[in-house]
Amino acid sequence: MKSIRTGYYIHEGLRSIFTHGLMSFASVFIIVACLIIMGSFSLLAVNVGKIIGEFESENVILAYVDDSYSVEQGRGLGAQIEAIPNVRSAQFVSRDEAWETFTSKFEDTSRFENVDSSVIPHRFSIYVDDVELMAQTQRSIADIHGIAKVNANLLIAKGFVTIRNIVSGVSIALVAILLVISMFIMSNTIKLATFERREEIAIMKVVGATNSFIRWPFVFEGFILGLLGALFAFVAQWGIYVVVTDAIIKGQSAGFIQTIPFARAAPALCAVFVLIGLIVGVIGSSVAIRKYLKV
Amino acid sequence: MVRLHDVFKTYPNGTKALRGVTFSLESGEFAFLVGPSGSGKSTVIRMLIGEIAPTEGGIVVSGFDLTTIKPRKLPYLRRRVGVIFQDFRLIDKKTVHDNIAFAMRAVGASVKEIRRRVPYVLDLVGLDAKAKSYPPELSGGEQQRVAIARALVNNPDLIVADEPTGNLDPARSLEILTLLQKINELGTTVLVVTHEKSLVDKLSRRVIAIDDGRIISDGTGGYYGYEEY
Repeated sequence: MKSIRTGYYIHEGLRSIFTHGLMSFASVFIIVACLIIMGSFSLLAVNVGKIIGEFESENVILAYVDDSYSVEQGRGLGAQIEAIPNVRSAQFVSRDEAWETFTSKFEDTSRFENVDSSVIPHRFSIYVDDVELMAQTQRSIADIHGIAKVNANLLIAKGFVTIRNIVSGVSIALVAILLVISMFIMSNTIKLATFERREEIAIMKVVGATNSFIRWPFVFEGFILGLLGALFAFVAQWGIYVVVTDAIIKGQSAGFIQTIPFARAAPALCAVFVLIGLIVGVIGSSVAIRKYLKV
Repeated sequence: MVRLHDVFKTYPNGTKALRGVTFSLESGEFAFLVGPSGSGKSTVIRMLIGEIAPTEGGIVVSGFDLTTIKPRKLPYLRRRVGVIFQDFRLIDKKTVHDNIAFAMRAVGASVKEIRRRVPYVLDLVGLDAKAKSYPPELSGGEQQRVAIARALVNNPDLIVADEPTGNLDPARSLEILTLLQKINELGTTVLVVTHEKSLVDKLSRRVIAIDDGRIISDGTGGYYGYEEY
């Protein structure tokens, strides 16, 4: 009995898709358009996150050790620094190493003849996990006895956080708005199908069809339209992403911006597209059929 | 089969459609429900198929207590009650066969059952030769016979016919009522709602007359002096 019913649901759902071909096409088209916009912003957010992450990893806090500390004493502070939450790593640089690094940047070292490494202190190059907590981390490091001064570029860190938050916020808002729009359009499409078949539905009710029996073909119709929309959108998104990222990479000679390969984002993107397509299709059709079942 | 006990119905706009209606139909009985427009006939029918609930009183149809029935149980009540409408309510895009098969599919019947049962009811209503025709290709009488076949196909305990001859000429009307009598003789309880006095008199069956929401007469043999229904 179940397989007969499933066959009936599928048959009726498909029949309705072809009977209302233009509206079905419109629904799929709208889902594709909305998913591509959602997908593009999501991919943009992921890429911006990656680029910011790379910049963040370069954003180092410099902690200078008290002048009176020897190399061994200074190195000993490393454990205390690494114990601070948000500190990913702390690399000790002695004054001699720092001096060498500094002077090696100049071809003419004669100007440093009367100066030695004692003019600069030992230091730690500290990398953090989350730049948003940089100020707090800076204060914690400064509180360690033996640390004379801490330099952190808070303005840049704040800039990274702001960019990341804006991109994430805009992406989330757009995804939410487009989700509602897709669902509304899908619901209207199915409403049109149900309106045309309202007599049929009324007869089904009179002869004793259950609500689920009446509802399932419409839900299946929404399911198929949602799935088709998701798959078309995925293929289109793939093409768009490859074209755009190729253009970005070719447009810059220094290789400054590295984008995520589509293959890496594809499984998650495909899953999200299918999930959203199905949610839009199934919920949209369920909402549309509801009022005809209240007899 | 059908029991209405002191049933009252007041619609939300204040209209009192039924004012203490009591009657019953035994299993296998044939009866007419007659009365003028606005007398409460349609309200009785809508109650019998669970479309509306009584404001007061009790209704039992085929073992279902309609005063306490849950919405999810209504489809199962409706499978026990076949309804025939004045305007046939057939699906024009489906063939005669498919209109009837559709009613069986709607209650989850198997393909095997549909193949066995549809030709049987088509033969019963004399339309086996029209199985592949579409409703607009049929006469009014034939369309009503398709509607009767559809009401009958799920083997209901009760058939309620709401003005089944309202759109037909006298000869076709008599044919339809004769068919309903034939179905009744096969064991199905039949309640025919009509206001066609001549037909009611001709068949000489039980007649329940309703006016202004009250039963004003109930007996066998004719319209009982009730002139204007």
